[in-house]
Amino acid sequence: MTIETYLTYIILPILSISALLVFIRFLIGPTLSDRVVALDLLITIGISTIAIYAMITNQPSFLDISMIFALIAFLGTVAFSYYLEKRKKNE
Amino acid sequence: MNEIIVYILISLGTLFILLAAVGILRMPDLFLRISVTTKAATLGVGMILTGMALHFFETSITTRAIAIIVFLLLTAPIGAHLIGRASYFVGVPLWKKSLMDDLKDKYNRDNHNLDSSESQQKKEDSKDQASS
Repeated sequence: MTIETYLTYIILPILSISALLVFIRFLIGPTLSDRVVALDLLITIGISTIAIYAMITNQPSFLDISMIFALIAFLGTVAFSYYLEKRKKNE
Repeated sequence: MNEIIVYILISLGTLFILLAAVGILRMPDLFLRISVTTKAATLGVGMILTGMALHFFETSITTRAIAIIVFLLLTAPIGAHLIGRASYFVGVPLWKKSLMDDLKDKYNRDNHNLDSSESQQKKEDSKDQASS
């Protein structure tokens, strides 16, 4: 079994199942903070999916996109927590 | 030999990511969810990126993988701390079986500062007076 077959038929389905589980929490999360945490984890799973996909297609330039994904995840979490705190204060 | 290490690293990383996903679905409380997902997902992504760097085995790709891993290791705790702090102040409820809440009544609800100077000293003063 080559490593491409292993990645395509075993690793990628497990990553898809975990993305689905996180998406359930993203939909039913009782508060806004649950949704922010689920979004952060969803982007982290996206980074690892991009890394696996770069190995399957043998094109390592996909890694730049995953670096930008990591940046966006951090900025999104910081902005959401900042405005979450501000919103309560102004009400 | 190199192939076997790549297989092991990627399988373990995927297992950790799956555990993080099950944890965020099953944990009863926001703070427990943050505690599960930050650590497990960061470890899983780090293992997958290390396996990918070993698979390609080139300098430019290894540099990018190390940059992503260091960035994730730096920013994941900061983001988790920020969102946990903000949601504690907003009033997200703890799990009903939680045993203790150390921050309770120790901060100012209006400006969110830790307010140990006035209220704590008043309590200590009253204790001193009672004891003397």
